[in-house]
Amino acid sequence: MVLRRPNARPSQCGEMMRLSLWLVVLLLMPGAGVSTSAIAADADSRKSGFDFMRPATQALQKDDSQNPAMLWVKDGEAHWASSQGQSKKSCADCHGDAVKSMRGVAARYPAFSNAMKRPINLAQQINLCRTNQQQAPALPVEDQTLLGIEAYLALQSRGMPIAPPIDTKLNAARTRGEALFKQRIGQIDLSCKDCHIDQAGKSLAGNVIPQAHPTGYPIYRLEWQGVGSLQRRLRNCMTGVRAEPYAPGSEEMVALEAYLAGRAKGMLIESPAVRP
Amino acid sequence: MARTVITIPATAKRGEIIEIRVLIQHPMETGYRRSSEGAMLARDLIRRFVCRFEPNTTPSSHENVFSATLYAAVAANPYLSFHTVVNSSGVFVMQWDGDNGFAQTERAAITVR
Repeated sequence: MVLRRPNARPSQCGEMMRLSLWLVVLLLMPGAGVSTSAIAADADSRKSGFDFMRPATQALQKDDSQNPAMLWVKDGEAHWASSQGQSKKSCADCHGDAVKSMRGVAARYPAFSNAMKRPINLAQQINLCRTNQQQAPALPVEDQTLLGIEAYLALQSRGMPIAPPIDTKLNAARTRGEALFKQRIGQIDLSCKDCHIDQAGKSLAGNVIPQAHPTGYPIYRLEWQGVGSLQRRLRNCMTGVRAEPYAPGSEEMVALEAYLAGRAKGMLIESPAVRP
Repeated sequence: MARTVITIPATAKRGEIIEIRVLIQHPMETGYRRSSEGAMLARDLIRRFVCRFEPNTTPSSHENVFSATLYAAVAANPYLSFHTVVNSSGVFVMQWDGDNGFAQTERAAITVR
């Protein structure tokens, strides 16, 4: 199975032609040019980390027979059908075939959990199911089995747009996440925004700085030689600027995830992606 | 048992050149690294990969299709890709051997039309 990249379909081309004609007309109108061109640029400027990778790394992601993250997906698939905890129930006993029931689920997280009374990410939801439904112990942070389940679920949303829930209960977390994204931290005194917005596309130590859109998590990162979560990636950047990272699963981390999901709304999911 | 992803066409024409891709989950620990506590991490490598072909008619007359010796510089979860010519229906037997008694065998059948 080959990942489809977002391409303009032929039917859209005609619309785009008409749209650009309208833009030309609008731009010719005095006073209208600034706002419309700003909107047009904004809609096109978002890029996935995939677009910044070298062709060899892109090839690794595009072909499931080469993508090492598929090994974790296989782990997750096996776990989905295995009975767990005191309940002796498997994920499949409640949720059925993941290919059908889990389609689009990963695209919605982080979401507000009424049980926890706070926003939670996909890994926390998996653990919630384990402790409440399966009566099994929660899996630790960055546990390989947990990453496997996450990768298997995320695969079911591949090619779908990131769709954060329309839920006002998430607004506080999104606002907090945006503030954290713009907050300078660490001895090097950099915010996420300083690199991933202001310097995106430029080089940092031989790598291109991406725009920080979480389109492919959990990812197989070549540097890690393994699969890791978005929170692991966030911790990497935080230690990189010599700040003390927030605790795994903390409110701050989930707030950042919620803000990033909102920022990448509509971008297509590539999970499980490969990154350098 | 380590997870594997093996890609082999299920059918082929007689004399056709086919591509075989194999991916296996393995840390490929070099033995040169230390843990975050400073202790040496013991070497744990896959040392040898062999793929042989057993024709359905005479499985005992198997022949080696491809083999490779792997070293510390090979990345974790080693991926190998190679080509071969198929002349009859049979089974490809793939075998990985490594440190700490690591041994895994996977089989994949192919039908010649």
